[in-house]
Amino acid sequence: MTRPPGAEPGGSARPAGRSTAHRAVQRQAWSVGLATGAYGVSFGALSVASGLDVWQTVALSALMFTGGSQFAFVGVIGAGGTGVAAIATATLLGIRNGLYGLQVSEFLGVRRGQRALAAQLTIDESTAVAIAQDHDHPRRIGFWHTGIAVYLFWNLFTLIGAVVGNALGDPRRWGLDGAAAAAFVALLWPRLRSRDAGATAALAVIVTVLVVPQAPAGIPVLVAALAALVVGLWPRRQAPREATPS
Amino acid sequence: MTLWMAVLAACALAFLTKWLGHLVPAAWLSGVRTRRMTSLLPVALLAALVVVQTLGGPAGTLVVDARLVAVAVAVIALVLRAPFILVVVLGALVAAGLRALGWS
Repeated sequence: MTRPPGAEPGGSARPAGRSTAHRAVQRQAWSVGLATGAYGVSFGALSVASGLDVWQTVALSALMFTGGSQFAFVGVIGAGGTGVAAIATATLLGIRNGLYGLQVSEFLGVRRGQRALAAQLTIDESTAVAIAQDHDHPRRIGFWHTGIAVYLFWNLFTLIGAVVGNALGDPRRWGLDGAAAAAFVALLWPRLRSRDAGATAALAVIVTVLVVPQAPAGIPVLVAALAALVVGLWPRRQAPREATPS
Repeated sequence: MTLWMAVLAACALAFLTKWLGHLVPAAWLSGVRTRRMTSLLPVALLAALVVVQTLGGPAGTLVVDARLVAVAVAVIALVLRAPFILVVVLGALVAAGLRALGWS
């Protein structure tokens, strides 16, 4: 592939190794952006199937811009939950973005005017690509390029999904309820690496099954959040003594 | 509360959460237990949402239908390292396919 003229202003003046490394970060950022953005199609389609209109769906992707919370919001609404339950679930699920903000603000070094933009782009993907780099400069490149790439593709594909979903008609006929369940499994899956996480998920499943017949829609998910509290406060088992050389 | 109000309130809270993370000193949330709980919170919520989306029926009932098979196929796809979008599409195809065959 030939590089278009002027694609990299001042490229030859920089040390070759460094600019190659920066291009690698950018490539990683934009491929993550495209891959993540593509599943905006499923969010758009599921959102209109849950009873939101196209503009409410577009607003969620543009303004909320954090996939897990968006899926949760439309999931609770689609299951017949109240607006308050949907807001609470989406907000609890978005707390991790605040923790990402703590981490990335240490190396981003943004000026006051950029802080709101940096905050809006603080999501799983931009944080993951950024903290995977070795130094602050590539970390900043990783954060901004991934954040912007995901934002562009996520919003574009959300609109496509919402318009197509709207035209489909009965969501059950097209298996969109099966797609929603599969989407939550796929969002959960990469977080199940530790034993704590497995225990939390199992406890949350049991609590939800028990609470669903007793409580209005939307509430069981909030009650299940207590599983994180219980496992998080559980005294952690000490590492076995035999394993440490005495 | 209208649906639009809920959408905008949830968006505002999502932004506020991100923004506060950029503002507060990192030391505020450095406790081991706090970090454990906040990292486990998405796991609990997503696991509960899987249950509600898979088994939730009308008016607080639990229903076994095509969605459960869709989830089983999704798990197999994830074990085989399928990407997110493929897992979601498989979920839709399985549920739609089973219904076309006349099973719930």
